[in-house]
Amino acid sequence: MDNESVLGLIRECFPQAVLGTSEFRGDISITLRREDWDAVARLLRDDPALRYTFLENLCGVDYLGRTPRFEVVAHLVSMQHLHRICLKVGAPEEDPHVPTLALLFPTANYQERETWDLLGIVFDGHPSLTRILMPDDWVGHPQRKDHPLGDEEIAFTFNQERIYAQKPFARE
Amino acid sequence: MTYPVPTPQDITGPALAGTTETMVLNMGPHHPSTHGVLRLVLELDGEVVVNVAPDVGFLHTGIEKTMESKTYQQAVVLTDRMDYLAPLSNNLSYALTVEKLLGVEIPERAQTIRVLMVELQRISSHLVWLGTHALDLAAMSVFLYAFREREQILDLFELVSGARLMTSYIRVGGLAYDLPADFLPTVDAFLKIMPGHVDEYEDLLTGNPLWLERTVGVGVIDAEAAIAYGLTGANLRATGVPYDVRKAIPYTGYETYDFAVPVGKKGDIYDRYRVRMAEMRQSISLCRQAWERLNEMPSGVYQTSDRKVAPPPKSEITHSMEALIHHFKLWTEGFKPPRGDAYVSIESPRGILGCYVVSDGSAKPWRVHFRSPSFISLQSLAHMGNGRLMADLVALIASLDPVLGEVDR
Repeated sequence: MDNESVLGLIRECFPQAVLGTSEFRGDISITLRREDWDAVARLLRDDPALRYTFLENLCGVDYLGRTPRFEVVAHLVSMQHLHRICLKVGAPEEDPHVPTLALLFPTANYQERETWDLLGIVFDGHPSLTRILMPDDWVGHPQRKDHPLGDEEIAFTFNQERIYAQKPFARE
Repeated sequence: MTYPVPTPQDITGPALAGTTETMVLNMGPHHPSTHGVLRLVLELDGEVVVNVAPDVGFLHTGIEKTMESKTYQQAVVLTDRMDYLAPLSNNLSYALTVEKLLGVEIPERAQTIRVLMVELQRISSHLVWLGTHALDLAAMSVFLYAFREREQILDLFELVSGARLMTSYIRVGGLAYDLPADFLPTVDAFLKIMPGHVDEYEDLLTGNPLWLERTVGVGVIDAEAAIAYGLTGANLRATGVPYDVRKAIPYTGYETYDFAVPVGKKGDIYDRYRVRMAEMRQSISLCRQAWERLNEMPSGVYQTSDRKVAPPPKSEITHSMEALIHHFKLWTEGFKPPRGDAYVSIESPRGILGCYVVSDGSAKPWRVHFRSPSFISLQSLAHMGNGRLMADLVALIASLDPVLGEVDR
């Protein structure tokens, strides 16, 4: 099994699905259209010639400043052919939704929960998309690039008035 | 076939509403048999587990996020802190991924040392698993034997890196330091005694009727379910699937070593135990092969000669302007891999440890993600534990061998 034949089969079954491919150090990654994300994964899992039955990794990346801003990356492994491929799907900032893979691969359950928890990418159809690593009452998604890091602004003469005005000093 | 992955709310919700007859019990986060700070929410009918949901995140330290504000070299020390029973495996997965981004070649001697260290690490990690697993099932003495040998391996790590646990020995571009002169003889002495010690553990447990009663036929999972849940490592191989990354997608020259991939049949706790014991023997053989190669190689080379990635030797800095510049640039700016992303997975003692790094062309990684085997294998608890006694759950957790530092990262 090689990258080209997998790509050929996806193109054959879903002519519109592949938005682009990129190759880096011999690894190919296939960027898919959002609508076809779970259908292509199902094809790769169930096709008797491919049998990518093992979802090894699923994670998200926040490319702040790029469109689409978010990207979900999945690495599928075929234990028969000893081959791994990388699938990617983008999600725009204003609509960070991606179809879930947790119904096809139960192992995606926790990984999608983690991705939602830390990056705020919503996986449509996920059975229980709740926080997993952060506390249940946490506000925001800390692995986003624009999430405040929580450091304290240093007061200089030019900005101390503004900073001190916000600080809860003990007052008489 | 459905594969449930319940959340704690699935169990506590109906219980709080008062619509169930069963009892809800919290096990953990501070419970000795959860191997860390893992909280299990159990739904119990008497002593039988109706449903179990792990609640993780108590050890979340934001390692992936922190790495984004460190340079590539600085981030290595954070990898130690994930799977604290196998820091060298973590170092290796990260180093291999960044090296793939950079496209550097690692000299053969450094690769051989990496194999030797990682296989020693596998033995030491399996020894902790064995000791604590047996301890959970009330076999106290195995713990004492297992930690006796683990101590020797930690002494070896201290010899090469100065640290017993957080070694940070495998760096991007090679290794942190060369091997000390007395390392290979010490490893030799250890490899001579270790096979006898593995026999000793097996004498204590393999045919022990009490051990068999607690492990045979308990926590069974079949191959299809194991793949669906993403179980890897010994947990997967115990179901009969001979998938090992060292054989399937070799790294660090594993294709040149002669070793077998032990597999089980039934996928119960006993099979996982047998697979891990056999793996320890294979690791000893791998260590021996690496040791023999190292004995024949001339010493000295332990990192890549690419000065943009690995620092020049101290002796050069005193008289070479070039070397001084390289040294200065490397420790002030760091190196800058080209734009792109790379994913490398290795066979850590707990299963497939994957590392995904995105580079934006700067000296700091844009995103680092670790596919941690413990985190993913915890999902299968309900599948294996439901309908069993609560005491079986204790054995089941120990047999999955989770490390909570890696679960929560």
